[in-house]
Amino acid sequence: MADLAKSVAQMIPGETAVIAGFTNEELSNKLLEMGLLPGSVVTYNFKAPLGDPICVTVSGYDLTLRLDEAAMISILN
Amino acid sequence: MKRLKVALAGKPNSGKSSLFNQLTGLNQKTGNFPGVTVDKKTGICQLNGDTQAEIIDLPGIYSLYPRSLDEKIVAEIFSDRRNQHFPNKVILVADATNLQSSLLLLTQLIDLRIPTVLVLNMVDLAAKSGQSVDVIKFAQSLDLPVVLVNARSGQGIQSLKKTLAGTIPVSSQKIYPIDKEILPAVEDIKKHFSLESNYEAYQYLQQVDHLTFLSKEEKSYINETALQYGFFKGKYQGAETIIRYQYIQDLLSKVILKNADSEWKRFSYRIDKVLTHKIWGYLIFFTILFLIFQSIFAWAQAPMDFIDSTFANLSNLLNNTFPEGPFFDLITQGIIPGIGGILIFVPQIAILFAFIAVLEETGYMSRVVFLMDKIMRKFGMSGKSVVPLISGWACAIPAIMATRTIENWKDRLITIFVTPLMSCSARLPVYAILVALIIPDDKLFGFFNFQGIALMGLYLLGFLAAILSALAMKWLVKSKDRSYLIMEMPTYRMPNWSNVGVTIVSKTKTFVFEAGKVILAISIVLWVLASYGPTEQMNAAESVIDKQIENNQQEAADRENLIMAYRLEHSYAGIIGKALEPAIAPLGYDWKIGIALITSFAAREVFVGTIATIYSVGNTEDQTTIKSRLRAEINPETGGPRFTKATGLSLLVFYTFAMQCMSTLAIVKRETNGWKWPMMQLAYMTALAYFSALIVYQVFS
Repeated sequence: MADLAKSVAQMIPGETAVIAGFTNEELSNKLLEMGLLPGSVVTYNFKAPLGDPICVTVSGYDLTLRLDEAAMISILN
Repeated sequence: MKRLKVALAGKPNSGKSSLFNQLTGLNQKTGNFPGVTVDKKTGICQLNGDTQAEIIDLPGIYSLYPRSLDEKIVAEIFSDRRNQHFPNKVILVADATNLQSSLLLLTQLIDLRIPTVLVLNMVDLAAKSGQSVDVIKFAQSLDLPVVLVNARSGQGIQSLKKTLAGTIPVSSQKIYPIDKEILPAVEDIKKHFSLESNYEAYQYLQQVDHLTFLSKEEKSYINETALQYGFFKGKYQGAETIIRYQYIQDLLSKVILKNADSEWKRFSYRIDKVLTHKIWGYLIFFTILFLIFQSIFAWAQAPMDFIDSTFANLSNLLNNTFPEGPFFDLITQGIIPGIGGILIFVPQIAILFAFIAVLEETGYMSRVVFLMDKIMRKFGMSGKSVVPLISGWACAIPAIMATRTIENWKDRLITIFVTPLMSCSARLPVYAILVALIIPDDKLFGFFNFQGIALMGLYLLGFLAAILSALAMKWLVKSKDRSYLIMEMPTYRMPNWSNVGVTIVSKTKTFVFEAGKVILAISIVLWVLASYGPTEQMNAAESVIDKQIENNQQEAADRENLIMAYRLEHSYAGIIGKALEPAIAPLGYDWKIGIALITSFAAREVFVGTIATIYSVGNTEDQTTIKSRLRAEINPETGGPRFTKATGLSLLVFYTFAMQCMSTLAIVKRETNGWKWPMMQLAYMTALAYFSALIVYQVFS
């Protein structure tokens, strides 16, 4: 069974997952517009030296997110 | 000759600026959109023998739903056919290596029924990545022209011009089918405002609060209609984006013959391993910073000296050729030095922007944001505040102009507010003379020069004041918008040197004309204050000094300088300086320093020149003369030297914190759209300067 509580913020470098949805209404459209679509594959690349923000790859390009935003993106694994 | 209006739209990092530069060359101008402070870049492009295009470069956006100031402008232009900037045709620039997110805006433009050409830019990189696209099928599916371009090399530009000159029909595609339950509301609005498309009406309903072109009555009509039909803003937005992406994904699966392999990014990732490394990342960042500083100070010195002496010579030359009279004095002593005072900053600003442009072009700037974001957030700013703050060490004006990339209003406001506390280069001449005056030229452990340490301490003091003020503002300023950082990390690449060149020219032009107007106006006012005074006393200058020389109180050789000092003392500036004395006496200053505080109000570096005049040094070029003259100055109350350590330190602290720069205030007014913030900044910095200087003087005296 998919663990619904897990978010992009909890992934580890190199891990790949499928986006399930968003837990925050306000920013969800911005995240959608940037190509973070439910059902698409997200790869966690690396994090900044101080742990935040992080760099992920989605639909072929790289994005920077803060952990706050990453925590709003729930994933299936 | 036909004149078309063409808009360039696309997401950030799609190479829009390169394409704009290719199409217009240096034939471009920067202005403002009416009422807002968003840069408007327009240029003319000759498409063929009888057609010209006026091209407008719009801010980079992902979709029509705006978040930052820049983005609002684009939504406004595309949803308002009456707008003076509404284009006849649009060039939608897509990054060929990242098609999916590039096309979102395109699908919206198609639904707005605006004739659009799709430009697939960076085709060289796409080819390198192994991707191959069926362009004919692409154009057929979208029902609009598709042109392949490499905006860096100019490949494909001719065919783009040809396409633009021809007729571009509106695409027949309808991508977002408006939900049945809101169709009545949409149709009502469409009919009421006689709009071209359902989607335009839908945008009116969705963005009624953002669209400034709608009148109050029109807005209330839209809001009533929304209420009547049960239209909730925002409800359909997420679904719309998903539908659009479904369309794009279907389209791409048909037209992309071969997908890119991730191999081509491997090199970029390898660079990132070093540049965002725990230790190396910061080490390299600070090394680059250090290099920028070194070059600003080292390379700008010669051209600055040249500008300085050219204007001084010009002033002298004209002074000798013009007949005497107040009008000619205004030209030679007010206007020409005023213009010189603006142009003297051009070398530093040009060098700073050259570096910033290179860092942005290569993609390194996104990594700086990535490295610094967490630290900056602790102080109420964002990773995007780093560049403006650092630029503040050169000059606050371009630094404040560089805050526009910060989406969140509060983050941006705090950055604008604290940037002038960073010690800019105009403070350096003031620091230099005062440090040399009060700090012994000795070495600590025979190695570290005390004067050098003091100078570094002043820079550090300004920096600390900036971040601590930011921290205070973080708690004081309330904001309902949440701050976020969702930013594309571009692949590393070599800078395009012509883009760098164009950036330097356009930013420098903005500085000269925007800040220049204010600097010039204020320097003329201050010149008048310092050269005129009550007629009787001004006219008496020569006879008073001659009398003093006769009585052997003064040296005859100093006559000219003594007369100038006497005139300054009795000018309006001198009168204000004397009136100011009770207020500044607790800081350890007399009325002579008061005059310098007033004349340097427009620009700090004027302090040195005024001090030289008031102490009748004459030659301001020679720092040693000024220093020895200042050292000899006696405080009549104590009988000891006027420039004691306490007074000197107090002055240094005052200049570190005080907002002695009219042009910064003018830029802040422009960037924050009103006098509220620049006035608060002036009050805050003056108070900070006054009380810190007061404490310093009282402690050390």
